[in-house]
Amino acid sequence: MSSTASSPVATRDLRIELSRIVLPIVTLALGVVAWDLVVRIKDIPPFILPGPGLVAKTVISDWPLLSDSLLVTLATTFYGLALALVGGVGLAILFNQSRLIEHSLYPYAVILQVTPVVAVAPLLLIYLPQPAAVLTCAWIVAFFPILANTTLGLNSVDRNLVDLFKIYGASRIKVLLRLKLPAALPHMLGGLRIAGGLSLVGAVVAEIAAGSAGAGSGLAYRIAESAYRLNIARMFAALMLLSIAGIAIFLALSLVSHLLLRRWHESAIASEP
Amino acid sequence: MGFAIAQPILQPHECPLTDISSRTSLTPPTAASTPVIALQGVAKRFANGTLALDQLDVAIRNGEFVSLLGPSGCGKSTVLRLIAGLAESTRGTISWSGAHRKKHRPDKPKVGFVFQEPTLMPWATVLRNVTLPLELEGVERRLAAQRAAEALERVGLTSFRDAYPRELSGGMKMRVSIARALVTDPPLLLMDEPFSALDEITRFKLNNDLLELWRAARHTVIFVTHSVFESVYLSSRIIVMTPRPGRVFAEIAVDAPYPRDESFRTSAEYARHCRIASQALSRAMASTL
Repeated sequence: MSSTASSPVATRDLRIELSRIVLPIVTLALGVVAWDLVVRIKDIPPFILPGPGLVAKTVISDWPLLSDSLLVTLATTFYGLALALVGGVGLAILFNQSRLIEHSLYPYAVILQVTPVVAVAPLLLIYLPQPAAVLTCAWIVAFFPILANTTLGLNSVDRNLVDLFKIYGASRIKVLLRLKLPAALPHMLGGLRIAGGLSLVGAVVAEIAAGSAGAGSGLAYRIAESAYRLNIARMFAALMLLSIAGIAIFLALSLVSHLLLRRWHESAIASEP
Repeated sequence: MGFAIAQPILQPHECPLTDISSRTSLTPPTAASTPVIALQGVAKRFANGTLALDQLDVAIRNGEFVSLLGPSGCGKSTVLRLIAGLAESTRGTISWSGAHRKKHRPDKPKVGFVFQEPTLMPWATVLRNVTLPLELEGVERRLAAQRAAEALERVGLTSFRDAYPRELSGGMKMRVSIARALVTDPPLLLMDEPFSALDEITRFKLNNDLLELWRAARHTVIFVTHSVFESVYLSSRIIVMTPRPGRVFAEIAVDAPYPRDESFRTSAEYARHCRIASQALSRAMASTL
């Protein structure tokens, strides 16, 4: 650390930044050590609670199986999210352009959101082939935050800018493309970040529902299957991979948001030192 | 209806000094100064029932710098919105002469509008913001960028063309906003309290720059303000309005010659006009109490 007179602020900033990274890692390490100690001291059998070492070993030994499942779940999550983005933004634009459509459809979008997806999944599995049903579940939970946030964004455009476009005789489509969509972008990206995590939840819920029906190969299916076989270590391994996938999705979407907004939006601009 | 294309421009310093009292004492405009915009018997009632304007008669001549002076809530901004075609009058007529009409929409005037806030698109660079009116009017992209760069040069912001609005100070944002209003070379510039949010030093500077721009381009300006000092400094004519409903209370010709600069701000002549204007303003407010 520098010790020149001009740098106490910078030094403090650096310390805060470091603590943001170091502290969670220390917490994790302490948790893992405590977990390991409890398992060793109490001599808990691995079919009740495996130690962290065994879980790590399982991740490596079962990697071919788990990685295939991870890819299946990630693909479902990604497609669900992509469809949710298209559907949510598309519907928000329709709502914005036509009050008639908004009033006709919005209540049903809300119903789709408030009905627990766990309860809907078994029904979908009856009517749809299994991959389609899982994808639909991911889509259902992911699309609403995008719809709601984009609608909010499209409706919160600076009134004076709308007037300005009117003065120069801008067409509806130009107002939408040049004014409303850029203005809604920060809200839309906020919705997308929430939707990324939810899409994973939707995919997992549907896989669990499908897994109990005896089909599927996603990570959640591996969890359900391992539970039947009392392979608790593999359950933990799969769970860990799901968490990491969730974190990765969130970070990736945050990065996308940052890259798109960093030049102009307050949320993406670091405050002055 | 419409007027003939504007007659020879009336130089502001040729305006006869009209001492205020009521508008009945207004010296009638000379024959040479046919109005380019005329509001006759205009009334505006909002949807909530408020009568914002009533029996408003205003005639603006070519090349004039007219201030609408009045307390907040007297419908000054509504007048601008009616002229710009952003709102419809409830009664009365608004007419423009040829050069002030839009080519493709003869019922709409060709205007530049400067809002109270800079009203820039935060996601677009300064240059893109200034280019916007031209792009919306379908001007070819390269020509539009070139004209926008010229407009930026006129307000002295060439070196900030690639900056984003958040990187600019309040005064600079307002300059961008003015450049955007001027980029289409409108014969009429409508300004709605554009400098009211700025500090005094910046406001004085922008006052001077605005007068420079106006002298160079000779467009007609209608400037809404609630500042007596600003209206006297800038305008060739001040229209004092009463609040609720907005009506013309008095018209004051500010016959001090242009160019005006900081020495005008401290002159006895300026002080005298300020006194006349602020007396008119307080009488306008008293008349409705």
